[in-house]
Amino acid sequence: MNKKTKTPLFHVAKRAALPWYRAWAIRGAALLLALVLCGVITSLVTGEDPFAVYGAIWKGSFGTTRKFWVLLQNIAMLLCVSLAVTPAFRMRCWNLGAEGQALIGGLACAACMITLADKLPNWAVILCMVVSSVLAGALWAGIPAFFKAKYNTNETLFTLMMNYVATQLVAFFCVVWESPKGSGTIGIINPKTNIGWLPQFAVQKYLLNVLIVAVVCVLVYIYLNYSKHGYEIAVVGESERTARYVGIKVEKVILRTMLLSGAICGLAGLLLVGSTNHTLTTTIVDGRGFTAVMVSWLAKFNPIGMIFTSFLLVFLGRGAGEVATKFGLNRSFGDILTGIILFCIIGSEFFINYEIKLTRGAGKEG
Amino acid sequence: MDNKIAAVTMRNITKRFGPTLANDRVWLNIYRGEILALLGENGSGKTTLMNMLSGIYFPDEGEIAIDGRPVVIRSPKDAFDLGIGMIHQHFKLVDVLSAAENIVLGLPGKLDLKAAAKKIREICAAYGFEVDPDQKIYDMSVSQKQTVEIVKVLYRGADILILDEPTAVLTPQETDKLFAVLRNMRDDGKAIVIITHKMHEVEALSDRVAVLRQGQFIGDMPTGTTNAQEMTNMMVGHPVTLNIERPEPVNPKPRIEVKGLTVRDVEGTLKLDDVSFTANSGEILGIAGISGSGQKELLEAIAGLQPVEKGSIEYIADNGQREQLLGKDPLAIAEMGVALSFVPEDRLGMGLVGNMDLGNNMMLRSYRKGRGIFTNRKAPYKLAHQMVDFLEISTPSVETPVRRLSGGNVQKVLVGREIANAPSVLLTAYAVRGLDINSSYLIYDTINSQKMRGVAVLYVGEDLDVLLELCDRILVLCGGRVSGIVPGRGAKKRDVGMMMTKLGGNSHE
Repeated sequence: MNKKTKTPLFHVAKRAALPWYRAWAIRGAALLLALVLCGVITSLVTGEDPFAVYGAIWKGSFGTTRKFWVLLQNIAMLLCVSLAVTPAFRMRCWNLGAEGQALIGGLACAACMITLADKLPNWAVILCMVVSSVLAGALWAGIPAFFKAKYNTNETLFTLMMNYVATQLVAFFCVVWESPKGSGTIGIINPKTNIGWLPQFAVQKYLLNVLIVAVVCVLVYIYLNYSKHGYEIAVVGESERTARYVGIKVEKVILRTMLLSGAICGLAGLLLVGSTNHTLTTTIVDGRGFTAVMVSWLAKFNPIGMIFTSFLLVFLGRGAGEVATKFGLNRSFGDILTGIILFCIIGSEFFINYEIKLTRGAGKEG
Repeated sequence: MDNKIAAVTMRNITKRFGPTLANDRVWLNIYRGEILALLGENGSGKTTLMNMLSGIYFPDEGEIAIDGRPVVIRSPKDAFDLGIGMIHQHFKLVDVLSAAENIVLGLPGKLDLKAAAKKIREICAAYGFEVDPDQKIYDMSVSQKQTVEIVKVLYRGADILILDEPTAVLTPQETDKLFAVLRNMRDDGKAIVIITHKMHEVEALSDRVAVLRQGQFIGDMPTGTTNAQEMTNMMVGHPVTLNIERPEPVNPKPRIEVKGLTVRDVEGTLKLDDVSFTANSGEILGIAGISGSGQKELLEAIAGLQPVEKGSIEYIADNGQREQLLGKDPLAIAEMGVALSFVPEDRLGMGLVGNMDLGNNMMLRSYRKGRGIFTNRKAPYKLAHQMVDFLEISTPSVETPVRRLSGGNVQKVLVGREIANAPSVLLTAYAVRGLDINSSYLIYDTINSQKMRGVAVLYVGEDLDVLLELCDRILVLCGGRVSGIVPGRGAKKRDVGMMMTKLGGNSHE
């Protein structure tokens, strides 16, 4: 072997656990880098002042009181769906069907609002809505869970396909319940009587949603971290064999957790239909079932951390929209900025787990 | 030896993993025509050092020279180009391919299996291997797979071979065969490094030993000038006694009675065939056999984890009451009041959760305790603290995930949790596999103390010397059947070895 060997300039080595503040410092630096990068790209590509762009992103969420409440509402709904998928994710069961589960919850809710409006008093309609939405969501997750527990089918594909079934069902009922006739859409349900509309707190339309999701967030956090069920979920997720070894009935845990996951999705559907929109469309969940996957992963399945990650995603999304309208740019430009920021944040995890070591005497030929 | 040029010279090698110093300024020479035994306790840095030689890790400091010429090894490919080949503990073979296909896999040039097979046969003939180039890997025994791994590195022209604990999975007979080919290779002028824990193997095989302790190079010497006691002392850093105690069983009474146990795996292969025996309280019943002879199925059947075709497993309580354990899962067995503890073979895959910390792992057995929906988190962490003190578990804290601990410490966590349950039956599978001397003896002591408490211990082991020293009786399995049960006192290693490979051994048929 005659070829000259060069000492590599650096090599990658795994880090020991970093103290939390250093990990957050790295994440903060990544965010900063992302903003600088966004600014540079913005001025290069569009010639706009980057600070004006940052301002627009900020204004997209905090510009007016109304925008602020829309931000909160969107965070709440995204967080709710994220909280729903998290118990399943902790169990390493990839429930990608949150979209469909929330949609089917919304369908059940709308069904109660439409068909029971003139039969039951308002409070009874609302009770039926709550129960049926939650059950419908649970059922939609329970079907794939049953097949996974019983026959070890792949939950990822199964839940994903259930989304399409849910979308088609909703499309069907949109025609059945269409109003006005011929529109193919449901329109606002019970616009005059407001039957089945969830009550508003302190005149703020979205406050109820925010409060409910906050409570759910705390409950899910406690359930996952301090309850016996939560412990079982963690053990099953890490190792099914260990779970069986200590006598945990794995099938039961899978079924139970997926039912819970679906039930919270159903709740999200209830809030979207019964509280926010008072109507049902096939796109009412708005891709949150999939964005939730990212929210949950980014926060490492920690419900409290998910408050921040869902804020981040909603904030960036709304900022992107604002940039698009304000500067007359294509909306895609806002998405590019969002992409840059997410890339930096996710990429920073690499530097939290690994370090780059410069080799001593680097560059020297050996 | 000093006037020879070293095949490999490692100078001042340092490797850190975070704050842990895995290798601390290690100097090591490896010569051709010599078998070097690299000794050291778990976590002493043997494997790390060899991984740097074979290109898996890159040293933080220090330099490596091959035949006196400085080199930089950045990848396993670099290592191969320099003639360095490592045989890892876990084989890296593709199951559905044949031996020849595995051996040529990834090599440049045209695929010519016939020529490859011919070359493989030549290598086999030269050193005394037995490999059928056309045999599929999934049809092979562990020992055959290992042979394929060795032939693979030889095929690629390696003349510096590193073997990481090669005998851990072999029977005594297979070990003898392996040693014979290693000697042939040495005589052919190859440099061989073997990492092992077993002293009698070091003495039987190596020409020179090098000892590492806590990442540092302690010393090296010709094997002939030293002995097991001295090497052990160097490894541990202080004198240790190398005797396993075997107290007489006190008042043994039948505790577990297994009758006609027959088990098939999911594919319908017979794993246990009409196995019957009785395990007594206050006694260690050793279970010997080639790996895969049904040991795993036997223990898992008793623990309620293995579906059984037919047979009976009865637990006999102190008052003589009998309970059938078959058809019950671990939870049902525990609810019957049978304190059954099980140290499975696959520690991180079955007994423990690698990503959870010590406290959470202690909780695996106790989390159901107490009413209400919440877990009691204080008690398991307290237990974890006690275990760390009692079993000298070296861990940064009880909040450290167990997968970050070394093998010996992982095993201590598992054994500690299982005995904390105050068991009346203790099942252990390969309790000291991969453990260093100090940890092994601690485990033997712990098992002995359980025996003295009146626990019925089933000890599945692979090191016959240990089985013969530790156990009161030894049940030998061969292909899922009971080949015989011999008293531990006075049994001959050779006889037990024969019984492992042939039903009843020589003397009984």
